[in-house]
Amino acid sequence: MSRFRQLPEVNAGSMADIAFLLLIFFLVTAAIPTDEGLLRISPPEENRSKVEIRDRNLFEVNLNPSGELMVEQEILKFSELREAAVSFIDNGGISAGNLGHCAYCSGSGDPQLSENPQKAIIALQVSRETGYSKYVTVQNELQAAYNELRNNASTRLYGISFQAMKTEYSNSNATPERKQDLQQKIKKIQEMYPQKLLEISTTNF
Amino acid sequence: MAKFAKKKDGDLPAVSTASLPDIVFMLLFFFMTVTTMKDSSLLVQNTLPNATEIKKLEKKDRVIYIYVGKPTREYQSVYGTEPKIQLNDKFASVEEIGSYILAERAKKPQELQNVLTTALKVDKNANMGLISDIKQELRKVNALKVNYTTYEGNAFNNLQ
Repeated sequence: MSRFRQLPEVNAGSMADIAFLLLIFFLVTAAIPTDEGLLRISPPEENRSKVEIRDRNLFEVNLNPSGELMVEQEILKFSELREAAVSFIDNGGISAGNLGHCAYCSGSGDPQLSENPQKAIIALQVSRETGYSKYVTVQNELQAAYNELRNNASTRLYGISFQAMKTEYSNSNATPERKQDLQQKIKKIQEMYPQKLLEISTTNF
Repeated sequence: MAKFAKKKDGDLPAVSTASLPDIVFMLLFFFMTVTTMKDSSLLVQNTLPNATEIKKLEKKDRVIYIYVGKPTREYQSVYGTEPKIQLNDKFASVEEIGSYILAERAKKPQELQNVLTTALKVDKNANMGLISDIKQELRKVNALKVNYTTYEGNAFNNLQ
């Protein structure tokens, strides 16, 4: 009996040091992942079919080597790009009753801007010397324009924003019926405002 | 009754450090869960631009990374200061991207090979010329899903 009682206790005083060593090892070798960004789908390689696009349906965005922005032949501030893109896409330039009329568009119906969102194409042209960060800003603003329109349409129709639907859809804990419902709604919104972004191969000025 | 020796007054008890290991282990587990191992060390400067309309890349096994930026200081004497491409852990030329993507794609399981995303981690001081060359190469090998990796933040900060 007394023999057991006399067993010395293992000294745990160095436990903290060991844990610190492990901690420092992980701090050094680990990196906090930055795995988020702007997702883009580039067009396939062999796709040289010619399509006639009316001038009014084309929204030209140019970035010159010094990073200045030109939209539809006019110099524009970066902060105004989103609004300009929204009014272009959501213009709804065909009056009611005619073919191609956009019933859900809330734009002004400007004859210079797009006929309907399905036909609206944004053409982005950058030069080789343009900074990447400027390009990202432009991409971000154009994406924001589409997101804004999609969110508005989604909130109006379903009472939930497009972003929220997408997040819920990618969450795995939703029921299959709910998922299918969401998928249909997402598809509907994407058809209402298809993302048509054309990147013209970069040019040397 | 001398069994319990009375403490002297004014003798402060030492703070117990018995819970220190627990605290450190907690920290350790926190770092182990939120971080990942570095798979390749960066040879290029990599300050990403900011954007707000970002989408998270959910599955890490479906991503192929391409780094672009100026070589870091220790490589500048050899490789110069012009932005370079880094694939895995060595510098590469634009022509090598196609074969790199094909090799990486072949490493992935069959069912993932069609859903791969290419993440471009490009330094914000790079120029578009190099980026469009890369995109052209990616199109040649049919790697069409491209992610411009950014930090979350106000996109107008990029303009300065």
